[in-house]
Amino acid sequence: MKLKTYIGLEIHIELETNSKMFCRCSADYFGSKPNTHVCPVCLGLPGALPVPNKKAIELTIMVGQALNCQVNSFSKFDRKNYFYPDLPKGYQISQYDIPFCENGEFMDIGITRAHLEEDTAKLTHTNLEDKEVSLIDFNRSGVPLLEIVTEPDIKTSKQAKEFLKKLTQTIRYLGVSDCDMEKGSMRLEVNISLGGDKLPDYKVELKNLNSFRFVEKSIEYETKRHLEIFKDGKKPIQETRGWDEKKQRSFSQRTKEEAQDYRYFPEPDIPPIRLDKKEIEKIKNSIPELPEQKKDRFMEYYGLSEYNALLLTENIKKADFFEQVADLGSKEKIEAKKIANILINRKVNISKISPKEFIKDISNENKKPQFTGDGLDKIAKIVLQNNQEVVEEIKKGKETAIEFLVGQVMKETKGQVSPNQAREILREKIKSS
Amino acid sequence: MNINELTIIKAREGLEKKEFSSMELTKAFLKEIKEKDSKLNAFITVCEKEALLEAQKGDKLIKEGVKKPLLGIPIVFKDNFLTKGIRTTAASKVLDDYIPVYNATVVKRLKEAGAIILGKANMDAWAHGSSGETSDFGVTKNPYDNSRVPGGSSSGPAVAVSSGMALAATGTDTGGSVRLPGSFCNVVGLKPTYGRVSRYGIIAMASSLDSIGHLTKTVADSALFLSITAGQDRFDATTSPNPVGDYQNNLQKGIKGLKIGIPKEYFQEGLDKDVKNKVQEAINEFEKMGVKIEEVSLPHTKYALAVYYIIQPAEVSSNLARYDGIRYGSGREMFADEAKRRIMLGTFTLSSGYWEAYYLKAMKVRALIKKDFDKVFEKVDALFTPVSPTLPFKIGEKTADPLKMYLSDIYTVTANLAGIPGISVPAGFVNNLPLGLQILGPHFSEDLLFRLAYHYEQKTEFYKKKAV
Repeated sequence: MKLKTYIGLEIHIELETNSKMFCRCSADYFGSKPNTHVCPVCLGLPGALPVPNKKAIELTIMVGQALNCQVNSFSKFDRKNYFYPDLPKGYQISQYDIPFCENGEFMDIGITRAHLEEDTAKLTHTNLEDKEVSLIDFNRSGVPLLEIVTEPDIKTSKQAKEFLKKLTQTIRYLGVSDCDMEKGSMRLEVNISLGGDKLPDYKVELKNLNSFRFVEKSIEYETKRHLEIFKDGKKPIQETRGWDEKKQRSFSQRTKEEAQDYRYFPEPDIPPIRLDKKEIEKIKNSIPELPEQKKDRFMEYYGLSEYNALLLTENIKKADFFEQVADLGSKEKIEAKKIANILINRKVNISKISPKEFIKDISNENKKPQFTGDGLDKIAKIVLQNNQEVVEEIKKGKETAIEFLVGQVMKETKGQVSPNQAREILREKIKSS
Repeated sequence: MNINELTIIKAREGLEKKEFSSMELTKAFLKEIKEKDSKLNAFITVCEKEALLEAQKGDKLIKEGVKKPLLGIPIVFKDNFLTKGIRTTAASKVLDDYIPVYNATVVKRLKEAGAIILGKANMDAWAHGSSGETSDFGVTKNPYDNSRVPGGSSSGPAVAVSSGMALAATGTDTGGSVRLPGSFCNVVGLKPTYGRVSRYGIIAMASSLDSIGHLTKTVADSALFLSITAGQDRFDATTSPNPVGDYQNNLQKGIKGLKIGIPKEYFQEGLDKDVKNKVQEAINEFEKMGVKIEEVSLPHTKYALAVYYIIQPAEVSSNLARYDGIRYGSGREMFADEAKRRIMLGTFTLSSGYWEAYYLKAMKVRALIKKDFDKVFEKVDALFTPVSPTLPFKIGEKTADPLKMYLSDIYTVTANLAGIPGISVPAGFVNNLPLGLQILGPHFSEDLLFRLAYHYEQKTEFYKKKAV
């Protein structure tokens, strides 16, 4: 029996808004002292009411449109009721049946929905004065959280990883989130099941996967595990599992019998949200150029190879740097293709050099020819004469010592020859001496 | 100065004319509380020290010629309004020692208008009740007959105003909780349009139904009070940007020729005969003033109470979830029977498998009830109805039978379901027990309700009859 793998993803992303989802506390809490970004609303005090953050709604719609979703002109928030100490109100404000965005497609994977909710507080279980305690930090409570749910269209671990890479790249391009999993601004869940042509009637949820690598490994592990269960003529049970990186295996966390009934109902404290076509269009127009489009443009406009265009559009910073130097370079008659090659091959650290400096260096390299021939020859000769003992060492076989001489030549030529050029002429002269 | 004869407006005049100081006024009320409240139990917390301090400040400002609509006026807050630094319990032992860190928007607005907080008034715990009997701080008694209930859930506020222990009091009305005690205690009770007054900082009962109102001696006072509390609040997303009306100045505009509907569904089985007669007398009075009366129908009225008792407990069950004792207050074991009953009811109707049959269906019927009103207000300007099917009943009479108790709200819950405003205005006495007339109007028609109530009050002056 040949079984197909059905994989769906649930991705939570903290949005980079100034304030939290339903209050005016700063959402930029990372690294802050616990419980310093709090107010009656995000602490769930009596009488406090949520007021939705318009910016967060716009960002959600922006992401939804980048994922080719349909945007609902009528949407609403709902209460998801459950008890946990990290949830101060006893319910999470989320979206149930009418999310802001649904029915999209991204990298040939169906996007079920993209909706907005609030993050929970952070629990830390620790020892304080020899007592086991649980500490709650409400700084994270109420930070806007975007949830993206895919259809179970993904078939392999590799495909899942590719999808996630492209998705995070797009989200970063949109300036919506840094998607930093170490900081917890992105969290992943995998739904997986094996079956025939029809979607199986069970699924296993893998939770708290802290990296793309874990997603990959856990999918591989689960696929094997399910296969073996089927081989024994049984069926895997519906459950929630975690990933144990040390033991390299998944483990059961919760089975279906304990499944929650969230008792969803429309959030009465927030009126439904109506968006007219104009507003949706306005948000769509604010979407910046996305990686795929940028790559195509780089190929067409600058004549780059697909490979180079792909590398240079990896992130916005890199792409912007390239465009700036390419512009400056065109004034110096330096080809964009050449600039792309240099940026990629020399692994230039763009945060340490300005586009102007970079172009200056390249154009200096281009002026190098004046040091070929007599000029360079003369300098190499002098350097060798002044460093006879080094030359001896090289002759004895200590090849690496030549780098010292290369340095000297570079210094004398004020860096206007490349190390390769210097090395070449030095080797020649030592050989013939 | 005779406290019993004072209204906010008269007290303001007295303060302006320096007939008495805010300090004298405040002390007089504190004295009244000391004399009467051991019997009536309208207060959970009396803020003597704070009130006297504020009175002193008020007098200073008055001397400086500062003009504010409530400057130096002592008022009372229902104990579900958060008052910074002053214990706020919602009459539940769960919040027995809870001291809020912020003021409700309404508290802030009233304080800014110069009001002085005299104390926090008793109520049904969490505002769950129609009689004041579910308070964890003891039953409040009707000033007109101490063996009877004052109506709830704003029991303490109504009694405080009715018995001269305060000039005005705030209240919350989720299913009739301001209008019913208003009717039982011979004071004016206003339930504004949903979204007219901010709910921020008021302990939520059922968020889609909660309306923030008040109890006053007269209609003019009620109009003045609303002109301060009404208006959009950036902390409450459900408040309306509609401009606040000039309620006070429009009171005296004529009512002749207005068309008023009498919804027949409000005068059927279950309505006490004496109440029915009194309401009819009130209608006759209006007719004499040139108002046109016609019978109308609100066909879905019969479902209103059932719809209310699905939606309200559903929201209650969710709203009370935060009282887990982790961050503030006592543990859940401190919830009393009525709150537990509503938490269980609401949790049940929202549960998967039942949600469609109960909550969803109730929401659909709620829309029909709203439509009933929309339709009827195309024909008439306002509606006259009884507030309660009975006169104030005996303490303990209905506590053993929650359903019987819930029926007290049968004529008031519709306004909450539809979000429309309603006012209860004193309409006379039967065997020395007061009752009110309810006037309902379209959304944001407070102005019209005040006008109708005002003309009736001017003619009848029932508010002048105090409890002995």
